[in-house]
Amino acid sequence: MLGKSQKAARLAETITDHTAIQGRSLWQDARMRFVRNKAAMASVFILGLIVLFTIIGPYFAVWNNEEIDWNVMGDVAGMGMPSIETGHYFGVDDLGRDLYSRVIQATTTSLLVGLIGAATALIVGTCYGIAAGYIGGRVDGVMMRFVDILLAIPATLVIILLLVVAGRSFFMLFIALGAVGWLTMARIVRGQTLTLKNREFIEAARAAGVSEFTIMYRHILPNLLGVVIVYASLLVPEMILTESFISFLGLGISEPYTSLGRLIAEGAGTMGYGTLWQLMYPLAFYVTIIITMFFIGDGLRDALDPKDR
Amino acid sequence: MLAYVIRRLLVAVPTILLLIVASFFLMHFAPGGPFTSERPLPPQVLANIEARYGLDQPLWKQLWDYLYNIVVHFDFGPSFKFKDRDVNDIIAQGFPISLTYGMLSFIVATLVGVGLGIAAAIRHNSWIDYFAVGLGIAAQALPNFIMGPILILTFTLWLGWLPGGGWNGGQWQYLIMPVIALATSYMGSIARITRSSMLEVLNSNFIRTARAKGLPTRTVIWRHALKPTLLPVVSYLGPVFVYVLTGSVFVDIYFSTGGLGQAYVGSALSRDYAVLLGVTILYGVLTVLVNLLTDLAYAWFDPKIRY
Amino acid sequence: MNTILRNSVAGLLCSTFITGAALAAGTHPVTGEPLADDQTFVYRVLDEHSSVDPQVVEDVSGAEIVRDLFEGLMNQDENGNLVPGVATGYTTNETKDVYTFTLRDNAKWSNGDPVTAHDFVYAWKRAVDPALSSPYAWFMELMSIENAAEIIAGEKPVDDLGVKAIDDHTLEVKLSAPLPYFPQMTTHSTTFPAPRKVIEQFGDEWTKPGNIVSNGAYVLTEHLPNERSVRERNPMYWDNENTIIDKVVALVINDENVALTRYLAGELDRTEVPAGQFPRLKKEYPNEAISFPRLCNYYYTFNLSDSGPEAFKDPNVRQALSLAVDRKIITENILAGGQPEAYTFVPEATAGFTPPVVEMASMTQAERDELAKELLAEAGYGPDNPLTFSMVYNTSEAHKKVAVALSQMWKQKLGAQVELANMEWKIFLEERGNQNFELARGAWCGDYNEASTFLDLLQSDSGYNDGKYSNPKVDELLAQAKTSDDPAPLYTEVERIIAQETPVIPIYHYAGVYMLDSDVGNWPVNNVEQNWYSKNLYKIAE
Repeated sequence: MLGKSQKAARLAETITDHTAIQGRSLWQDARMRFVRNKAAMASVFILGLIVLFTIIGPYFAVWNNEEIDWNVMGDVAGMGMPSIETGHYFGVDDLGRDLYSRVIQATTTSLLVGLIGAATALIVGTCYGIAAGYIGGRVDGVMMRFVDILLAIPATLVIILLLVVAGRSFFMLFIALGAVGWLTMARIVRGQTLTLKNREFIEAARAAGVSEFTIMYRHILPNLLGVVIVYASLLVPEMILTESFISFLGLGISEPYTSLGRLIAEGAGTMGYGTLWQLMYPLAFYVTIIITMFFIGDGLRDALDPKDR
Repeated sequence: MLAYVIRRLLVAVPTILLLIVASFFLMHFAPGGPFTSERPLPPQVLANIEARYGLDQPLWKQLWDYLYNIVVHFDFGPSFKFKDRDVNDIIAQGFPISLTYGMLSFIVATLVGVGLGIAAAIRHNSWIDYFAVGLGIAAQALPNFIMGPILILTFTLWLGWLPGGGWNGGQWQYLIMPVIALATSYMGSIARITRSSMLEVLNSNFIRTARAKGLPTRTVIWRHALKPTLLPVVSYLGPVFVYVLTGSVFVDIYFSTGGLGQAYVGSALSRDYAVLLGVTILYGVLTVLVNLLTDLAYAWFDPKIRY
Repeated sequence: MNTILRNSVAGLLCSTFITGAALAAGTHPVTGEPLADDQTFVYRVLDEHSSVDPQVVEDVSGAEIVRDLFEGLMNQDENGNLVPGVATGYTTNETKDVYTFTLRDNAKWSNGDPVTAHDFVYAWKRAVDPALSSPYAWFMELMSIENAAEIIAGEKPVDDLGVKAIDDHTLEVKLSAPLPYFPQMTTHSTTFPAPRKVIEQFGDEWTKPGNIVSNGAYVLTEHLPNERSVRERNPMYWDNENTIIDKVVALVINDENVALTRYLAGELDRTEVPAGQFPRLKKEYPNEAISFPRLCNYYYTFNLSDSGPEAFKDPNVRQALSLAVDRKIITENILAGGQPEAYTFVPEATAGFTPPVVEMASMTQAERDELAKELLAEAGYGPDNPLTFSMVYNTSEAHKKVAVALSQMWKQKLGAQVELANMEWKIFLEERGNQNFELARGAWCGDYNEASTFLDLLQSDSGYNDGKYSNPKVDELLAQAKTSDDPAPLYTEVERIIAQETPVIPIYHYAGVYMLDSDVGNWPVNNVEQNWYSKNLYKIAE
């Protein structure tokens, strides 16, 4: 008796929820809530500053990102530290190249890599996961075994073959990143879909004759977004770091262009040699990006939560 | 449920077979072979070597022989690079190492990560929340290739407390740094996912209802909120579990642990076909098993899920 | 020197015990330095070794282990000179195509069996046997041993190899062509003896610790792949009493910076110095940072085949690019480890090689740059028609630095537009080997201490000639040198032609740049091939 009334109460709540969403557009609503989130807005602002910096920063640079400062290159630890005088605001890298210009260029690259890579993984993984989880049964089995296989195939080989088949290009880098990133996302989304599709409000929608596609899009997707967005914001740093491995194999970006992942790796290698700025500057940008991603992700999650109002 | 498990295990066989076939062809189409070297071997010498390892056979024949040897002799073939050893040797030597430090890292990362995540969600916007968030970010901000050198510089060079690398049968001094390095890289993500999932669950209607009924918070959380919270965490942990069990190439490189992570990446780079395939199969089997376990866990966390 | 009595097993064991104890607390018999109690030498290797089977091993770190575990006919001393190993000496006929080695009668395997000429015959046949398919089978062919090539090609049975045990202590080798430096080649691991009984008993497993039987100063006692390998004193070794180091540990550490940290923490006695760190370390640890020339070169090769760019067909363009390379910057500012600048293909340290007078070497960099611009302008390239090409190198921190510096030099001095591309090692080899490049990095370490090991790379039909440089004159000179009694002038002439035609841009010659603990005695810095033997080292008490 009790259980039944509880169920009814929940059902009633979902149905009222539903009308509320319809009435005040989910997205509009979400935007309003997002704007009210201080941490998220501050993060957006900081991220904006970083982007702005990558755009106007080069105008203040004394050196470009590939020029070697021949005077400094022999004694980087002694003469290459950050200084306004020499024009190397962030110091120089191991070869005597201006770290300021390199960090700007690297940040641009890594932001693109992180955002586009994570977005690709997000879109592909979500669609795939919802489809598998919602349709279920044999289709789910086949789709998930396919993911199992892809998870186990050595990524190194796939990347090498992409390089051979398509050649080196910035575009292929995104393909490679997307290819490795979406699998876990698909598994997470599918897991969530499995539990969501048995909820009363879905059953109610189905009973009301809503089409399957609409259910997936209107009812399952919004309820997934929280987890999906949080995971996507985790993917951003992962993508930034994965890029350095892909570039190691020869696919992706090549010298003189660089990325935060690689600058950090180079700086980490030489951190015991008195050139700590080579690690600190790129790391600072990387960490700032991670932090902003964290709060933006959180803000989006809160804003898009259909239950939370 | 049992029928489901049996069915999944049966499906695993063609899955692994497909994995082998796909990896096999990918591997052979990748440029350069195991015997491509800076000093190209004279054709005759190369021919002898290829004949010895059966690489002169047509691909389908090689694949068939490979599968035959696995099924009949459980022999995964010789290593082309480390000529004193075969694949069975390499896995038998490297897997226990990866398993040890991987399992420990997994336990540490999961316990700390989930614990922090839950604590942070329960006390949303309190100091513990900020602490958890801060720690999660810090863990993510220090990827393996920074953690590795920092740990060695600190504990080996400056403090002199721990050996800078090696395995030595897995004595604790040799385990600490690999476990810290590997655990931190997943801990942050686990805490993050747990936290947001918990927040979501705490906001959901049935928890509100439970609370409205006047159930104590503790009961609400442990009885009702925990299971749905962990569902996405488990989805994330599945692949992570497989990654850490088979070792991390970074840990193996920085701490000279001799685990399977390096053997895996190394064999791909040196085109050591048999080793690469062998580790891939191990990886595939683990993936299939772990994903089956995750699916079973789903059903346990949410009894409404039926397969 | 050694009496029969001493050579009995018991005698040897006993003497080891006594001398071992005596030496540990004692002083070095020759130099008189006080010796440390713990005679363990620990060094870093970059990668896991390929094998410790002398006929199978193909990498440097494996060969280092094999040289300790096994002993060939001849050894090298600290300066790279030939000294007796298992053989006490050799004789040759007038035409230098038959060599007869006399083996010492007190050489023993670690299981106590005597080392005989039959062990060498077995090993050498094993090396050419298609069934074993040794990756170094070609070395036997290079040694011109009679029928080696035919056996490798499967045209003749293995037993036809031109090597024979006259008796237990006399080994006779027949060559298909006279080879004056044949004895030098017997220091190579492929020619070391192999224990037939053990190999037949254990098959592929024979190199595992516990199974392995070796005739060198050490036996393999522990092997943890990708972590460490340990070799310990072999009490059966004929010269055991003069061996001071008890135990040698090779630690696999992939990351050179981590290796340096561990060295500084006192875990290692020897490690490589990362590029650019030598000056700092030399200042801080003047007695430990060492540098000495090696027998390796580092160059960039032009693709001169049909698939190569048209621009590189013009020798002036090639010359201009070579001239514009400021080698001093690369050796002093990037590598900074005492590497010699290279103006010839063959390292100057190579035995019996007199570098020609290369005009470029004596010019100042400003003069070179001036000439480079002129040459390039002559070839029709300038500001409105910039030279454009791409260069490839395999992924590595040090190669990247050199490549970036080169591209910047060419860009700034010559206005050339250079595209850089790094590639994973195997792809790189494949692309370079198939002439799928414009300008590619190359490096070569001598297989033996003789100029031809380098110059053969530039011979038209050499399998190593990735740039497909072809000059009949060079081929002819190299062919002459093979049989000449005094090949040095011929090599000099080849270098002169290369300097003129610039098929490659030599950048620098390698140096061994190590951190070597000051308590390690007698490291063979003068051995350009770096063929070192642990039995010649010792640890000084601190």
